[in-house]
Amino acid sequence: MKTVIVVGNGMVGYKFCEKFVAKTDREAFKLIVFGEEPREAYDRVHLSAFFENGDAKRLSLAPREWYEENGIELLTNERVTDIHRNSKTITTLSEKTLAYDYLILATGSAPFVPPVQGVDKDGVFVYRTIEDLEHTLAYAEQIKKTTRSPKAAILGGGLLGLEAAKAVKDMGMEPHVVEFAPKLMPRQLDARSSKVLQVKLESMGINIHLSKATNQILGNGKITGMEFGEDDVLDVDMLVISAGIRPRDELGKSCGLKMGTRGGVVVDNTMRTSDPYIFAIGEVALYNQMIYGLVAPGYEMANVAVGQIIGDVETHMAADIDMSTKLKLIGVDVASFGIPFMPPEKGHSIIFENKTESLYKRINVSHDGQKLLGGILIGDATDYNMLLQMYLNEMPLPKNPEDLILGSRGGEDVSFGSAMDLPDTAVVCSCEAVTKGQICCSVKDDGNETVKAITKATKATTGCGGCKPMVEDLVRETLKSLGKVVKTSICEHFAYSRQELYDIVKLKGIQNFDELLDNHGTGHGCEVCKPLGASIFASIYNETANRQETIQDSNDRYLANIQRNGTYSVVPRVAAGEITPKQLMDIGRIAQKYDLYTKITGGQRIDMFGAKLHELPLIWEELIAEGFETGQAYGKSLRTVKSCVGSAWCRYGMDESVSFAIEIEDRYKGIRSPHKLKGGVSGCIRECAEARGKDFGFIAVEGGWNVYICGNGGANPKHAVLLAEKVDKETAMIYIDRFLMFYIQTAPPLTRTAAWLDKLGGGITYVQDVVINDSLGIADELDRGMQVLVDSYQCEWKEAVENPEIRARYTHFVNSEEEDETVEFVSLREQKMPTPWV
Amino acid sequence: MYETVKPKEVKTWFKAAEVSKFPKNGGACIKYKDKQIAVFNFTREGTWYACQNACPHKMEMVLSRGMIGEENLVPKVACPMHKKTFSLKTGENLNGELEAIATYPVKVEGDVVYVGFSE
Ligand code: SRM
Ligand SMILES: Cc1cc2nc3c(=O)[nH]c(=O)nc-3n(C[C@H](O)[C@H](O)[C@H](O)COP(=O)(O)OP(=O)(O)OC[C@H]3O[C@@H](n4cnc5c(N)ncnc54)[C@H](O)[C@@H]3O)c2cc1C
Ligand code: SF4
Ligand code: FES
Repeated sequence: MKTVIVVGNGMVGYKFCEKFVAKTDREAFKLIVFGEEPREAYDRVHLSAFFENGDAKRLSLAPREWYEENGIELLTNERVTDIHRNSKTITTLSEKTLAYDYLILATGSAPFVPPVQGVDKDGVFVYRTIEDLEHTLAYAEQIKKTTRSPKAAILGGGLLGLEAAKAVKDMGMEPHVVEFAPKLMPRQLDARSSKVLQVKLESMGINIHLSKATNQILGNGKITGMEFGEDDVLDVDMLVISAGIRPRDELGKSCGLKMGTRGGVVVDNTMRTSDPYIFAIGEVALYNQMIYGLVAPGYEMANVAVGQIIGDVETHMAADIDMSTKLKLIGVDVASFGIPFMPPEKGHSIIFENKTESLYKRINVSHDGQKLLGGILIGDATDYNMLLQMYLNEMPLPKNPEDLILGSRGGEDVSFGSAMDLPDTAVVCSCEAVTKGQICCSVKDDGNETVKAITKATKATTGCGGCKPMVEDLVRETLKSLGKVVKTSICEHFAYSRQELYDIVKLKGIQNFDELLDNHGTGHGCEVCKPLGASIFASIYNETANRQETIQDSNDRYLANIQRNGTYSVVPRVAAGEITPKQLMDIGRIAQKYDLYTKITGGQRIDMFGAKLHELPLIWEELIAEGFETGQAYGKSLRTVKSCVGSAWCRYGMDESVSFAIEIEDRYKGIRSPHKLKGGVSGCIRECAEARGKDFGFIAVEGGWNVYICGNGGANPKHAVLLAEKVDKETAMIYIDRFLMFYIQTAPPLTRTAAWLDKLGGGITYVQDVVINDSLGIADELDRGMQVLVDSYQCEWKEAVENPEIRARYTHFVNSEEEDETVEFVSLREQKMPTPWV
Repeated sequence: MYETVKPKEVKTWFKAAEVSKFPKNGGACIKYKDKQIAVFNFTREGTWYACQNACPHKMEMVLSRGMIGEENLVPKVACPMHKKTFSLKTGENLNGELEAIATYPVKVEGDVVYVGFSE
């Protein structure tokens, strides 16, 4: 039996173990792993996720039991201090001595801390381990208690630095990125793209300081600022250093292995160091005179070392290693691949820049126009995976290579872009080195027909996760090519998509959720399929949320949005934002009576917060008596149709936007849909109502209304696209009727119109065909469907207050008249708010 | 303050309320001394469950307003605040690492629902 010792239980050391146990039998080798960190190996790539959930367990790559089950001896909290090559033994800090046949150095790297005066002060951190993060977080918490608007600097504007900046911002500190170079991400981006990124980050509240060399860290014991030039000082309360990495090569150095001039243990393409019994993999290894600071090459190195040890001597490290990267988490797409900046003698570049939308796309193409050599994407990296594959596989380019970044402008769909066009050898998941061929075979031959099953079988998507969209496409397209319908089942209880369930309910006339579950599903339902069922019943029969109250999402169940302390908000409809002084006074009087916090919402109406459950019917009764009705701020339904004042008052107005907005809001109110719906109407192209940020919008122009659809604010803003130009009001409304019904019938659950359009084959042209040209012959049906909904509207709050049975639901205890004494408020600028969560 | 009570530990069967006070396939909250207990009428299974009303995530008294359902045959409740789900049988947090919630035995006699406590 041979002994293999792995020094370092980080990402690559772990991968070595995983590949090793998969390929060897237990009798032949003994595997001993040393890790200096207290925990078993975890996913460093997603370290920042720790800020969001503080959950170290979730990052773990494999639990301790996994090592046990596979006969691996894992010693954490144990640093290896010496290698004795003559006796082939190692010693550890606790003075254990062990003999090896093969030794694997997987000690990774450490953050580079520049030798600036004062870096040892309190409040200066690095960003590499969970402990680093815990210390940073604890310090930030302390600072936040004593400082009003605390600031944190990040030294280094590279990939990691920007990720750290986002993390610091999420901790509630004002982030300042300090970079030595004159641009951000100097290794991946050209000057122009770097500028676009900078402007975008600044707009997100991340401050950027370029061309700054830090002279010293200021402060007495703890950091208070950074000094660049003599009078150039930045006051900060905390600093995170992210200025590059240095390999942890101290063991290699002390035992006399061949080293690179600037560090790193030199390896050949078998991952052997200058001692044939010692291998180095991951960020400690210097291969091709480079340290590769990414997991994918590290994983490949682990694979090669395993191959070499078990006698698979043909496995070698490739000569070219792809260093393409996509920045994650920061809230703006950034990607760079191949040769990002290219000298003119090698090829030419096609550059598209739109500063107002923070978009920059560059591709570098060979002189003969045949090959993609590299590129940069800022603001929108949806095509990154496909472009990367075209580059890696040297695939032929379209006739007009600019189509790759601009899309085809001839009206037809671009012919590139299907993952199925890739060669079988294309590596789709580079972290786990899974090819397109392997994925497609797994679907075809092993019956792994969902992304989940593929992930389990091949481990694709488990690394950085960047390949997930492409894997999804491959699964779907392979199934299609086999003539199978793609199962997008909504949860374990229904093997159907939302659209299929919609059709089932409609065709079979199913009346309630139990009937649907008994006849077409299994088990007892869950928080995914129940609200989805509720949405379908509402869309088909226009039943209110009161009828099947326990399948409603909890906000719908009580017809109000739950707030932090378990109280609720009250939002009456104020169509188009038009409100009379009398109505304002009514709202004011009622809010005062029930001591509610009031605020004007972003949807042009008034929200009253802090109503206790039992008060809701009382408040609504009074509002209804004054002529108000529910604003359905809680439902996946029409929210508001925002309007500008329009030609009634405005000197530029082309038409009466308020009247139109009221008409529309009244028409669509109460309609439930896969996700919430918002509309907007502007009186002219100055667009004060932001109609192009809404699910549907109208803008008055000379000669009629322009109709837009599928805009979105929220998490992923999208401008709406033009559906029809200069049409009259009646036509505009018919189009939107049909569009909405089409969306309601076909969209997956919880998908806004913008996301729905994105996934819809054929895009806006297809919607135009269906809605305007009636290409599917369903226009009549859509029209009728909408009319049914419009005609059967009723205010569900009116129903609730008038029906004693429904009204009885609004009580905190069913066995006592008492109120919930745990509800607490504190005062806030002459109003009140819930006691904050600790 | 909330601790799971096993059926054999029950000392008091507290008369909570009539069956009709609890919605089908849903829950409602009852008060017992200074405790708030969520009681669920899982009509589809023909069973009843009870647990603490406080969600361990933010300690709000809201679990009784959550939606119930089932996952791999484990009956569960989803908190209305952030959709953390808890097994109604063991109290375990099914989609996270929160501490388990306390559960209590329930029995129905005639049309009255009783919840079991150990004190
Ligand atoms: C009250 C309000 C904020 C304010 O003080 O102004 C608000 C409050 C909430 N919004 Fe909003 N949104 C409000 C306007 C908006 C707007 C602005 C607008 O409509 O013009 C947006 C961006 C526009 C858009 O939707 O495209 C907006 C995008 C969101 C999103 C993200 C949607 C997305 O597609 O990414 C959510 C989350 C969701 O729906 O899943 C959300 C969810 C919420 C919820 C419901 C979160 C929740 O579940 O508790 C908040 C509760 C409201 C309550 O208790 O009444 N809210 N929310 C605004 C109410 C408007 C109204 O009168 O109904
Ligand atoms: C915040 C962050 C984000 C990142 N994002 C990305 C990304 O998006 N994409 C990407 O490809 N890469 C990313 N990386 C880089 C990636 O995490 C590394 O490439 C990868 O972790 C390298 O693996 P490794 O095993 O070589 O080193 P490590 O994961 O650092 O593991 C080395 C381990 O060895 C231990 N060790 C060192 N010396 C000894 C000793 N003498 N005895 C015992 N144990 C020892 C160390 O404590 C450490 O646990 C990111 C890194 C960070 C910090
Ligand atoms: S943006 Fe909307 S969802 Fe987020 S905190 Fe504000 S109101 Fe709540
Ligand atoms: S309070 Fe229950 S999930 Fe957050």
